[in-house]
Amino acid sequence: MSGSLFASKKLTTGLTRTFTYIALVIGAFFLMIPFVWMVSTALKEPGDVLKFPPEWIPDPFVWTNFREAVTLPYAPMLVFLKNTVIITFVSMFGQLLSASMVAFSFARLRWWGRDVLFMIVLATMMLPSQVTMIPVFILFKELGWVDSLLPLTVPAFFGGGAFTIFLFRQFMMTVPLEMDDAAKIDGCSTAGIYSRIIIPLSRPVLITAAIFSFLGHWNDFMGPLIYLNSTKNYTLSLGLRIIQGYGGYGVQRWHLLMAASLLVMLPVLLLFFAAQRYFIQGVVISGVKG
Amino acid sequence: MNQAVAASQSTLGSRVVRSRRRENITGWLWASPWILGFLIFTLGPMIASIYYSFTDFPVISPPVWIGLENYQTMLSGDKIIGQALKVTTVYAVVSIPLNLSVGFFLAILLNQPIRGVTVWRTVYYMPAVISGVAVALLWQWIFNTDFGLANWLLDLLGIQGPRWLLDPAWALPALIIMSLWGVGGGMIINLAGLQGVPSQLYEAAEIDGAGPWRRFLTVTVPMVSPVIFFNLVMGIIGALQTFTQAFIMTGGGPQKATHFYMLHLYNNAFVWLKMGYAAALAWVLFIYILALTLVVIRSSSAWVYYEGELRRG
Repeated sequence: MSGSLFASKKLTTGLTRTFTYIALVIGAFFLMIPFVWMVSTALKEPGDVLKFPPEWIPDPFVWTNFREAVTLPYAPMLVFLKNTVIITFVSMFGQLLSASMVAFSFARLRWWGRDVLFMIVLATMMLPSQVTMIPVFILFKELGWVDSLLPLTVPAFFGGGAFTIFLFRQFMMTVPLEMDDAAKIDGCSTAGIYSRIIIPLSRPVLITAAIFSFLGHWNDFMGPLIYLNSTKNYTLSLGLRIIQGYGGYGVQRWHLLMAASLLVMLPVLLLFFAAQRYFIQGVVISGVKG
Repeated sequence: MNQAVAASQSTLGSRVVRSRRRENITGWLWASPWILGFLIFTLGPMIASIYYSFTDFPVISPPVWIGLENYQTMLSGDKIIGQALKVTTVYAVVSIPLNLSVGFFLAILLNQPIRGVTVWRTVYYMPAVISGVAVALLWQWIFNTDFGLANWLLDLLGIQGPRWLLDPAWALPALIIMSLWGVGGGMIINLAGLQGVPSQLYEAAEIDGAGPWRRFLTVTVPMVSPVIFFNLVMGIIGALQTFTQAFIMTGGGPQKATHFYMLHLYNNAFVWLKMGYAAALAWVLFIYILALTLVVIRSSSAWVYYEGELRRG
């Protein structure tokens, strides 16, 4: 392995190794036990949840908790799922399409003002969304879009966010410019270069950007909280909030709350296991090369 | 003949000008989604937000100019803003260094020649990818006074756990502990930074007689410092905007012990519909973030090492 802190053979003694493993196991224990706790609670009978010390293995396993959690009369989670899926995928499409086009322009085309505008793109990454939140809300209110999915999807089509543009541009810069010239000589238009050369080559960054977009919209809370009023338009985040609020009047039904939370997290966790490489790639591009 | 050359040159020149212009138009067209988005969703709203911050704007009626009144209210009339700033700052000042150092330490551990690096990396990184309401609810349950996981673990050690989210002294520490669950994100970035350090540097240092600690302090730390710097800046921006955890888990309580700045802003804007005042609050938050970031950037020349051509090595 390449040089690390204790890479010298003298110091990679049994002692250092043992210490490393012990530290890693302790850390992993604390990071994993919340998941175990959540699954355990989600599978318990209501009467077994409020016990101390807790019983870690539910007896019996109440799988119907999951069904109950998504069919509560006051929180139609399947409707919320539909809304969340629409918002997530429409926004993802808008983000990928517009950010890749804009990044294509910044990375592959020569035009007056390009570098100044790219500096502005980078500067907006530092801008907290709170500064624009109120006027944008007023704008959507004037358009009559409040309490619809439009404020949560339409903005994605306008550039897809500085971070996504940056991600695409960094990648597109690595493709040799000669490929564009060769395609141009063969009579390929700019749109052709974008759709037939650059986009197929950008597959890894497309996947990374899609994952980040998915995470951002799936977990978004502030956006739906501000823009959605009627229950039929709610997202899963707001649905969890309803279940929590309902329990707040009496005894909190943690088994249902954990079952619902687990189901909401599940797609993200599955995606993580399926595409961990791309998660890490995205973080690394943003952190190390940025 | 001269005339012919001049003529062909001028058509060539105009052709160059024309193709330049075409290139410019094409470039702007392809970038236009962002340009429009920037004007509609960033620049325009920023200007509007400055204007709103000098108005009384209850949404149901148009904004009325009131000059500096909103900013004066912040300094004297608003009894919560001081607490909101304090809570947010304490959270940032404790949780950011904690996350940075634990993330760095974990990255060093994982950068050792150990077995199963990918498995460890997955385990440590997994909690960092999930966020939002579901996570907040899980941690609310973990910090339950009578039946929660946290107090069960303390009970195993023979310690009577605090009331966490119900105790003004322990609510904020609980949220700080919770923030450590996401330490894997910083760890991954640090790990990539560590792996990017060329091994020749370590070899050269070793030949010069540097021991492991000296190699750590003179090679590892400087080479990874840009990554730490990046994590620090992003950490500041993120911590000062903390909202969901407080909104879901404590509602700002008990006794405003977790009344984060964003909660105050949200309440003013969307509960009390004081959009003008909320716009002013947003600008103060922005200036606060900007000031802290500038301080960090200023100080960075003293501790962040920017390599020249070394990265290519």
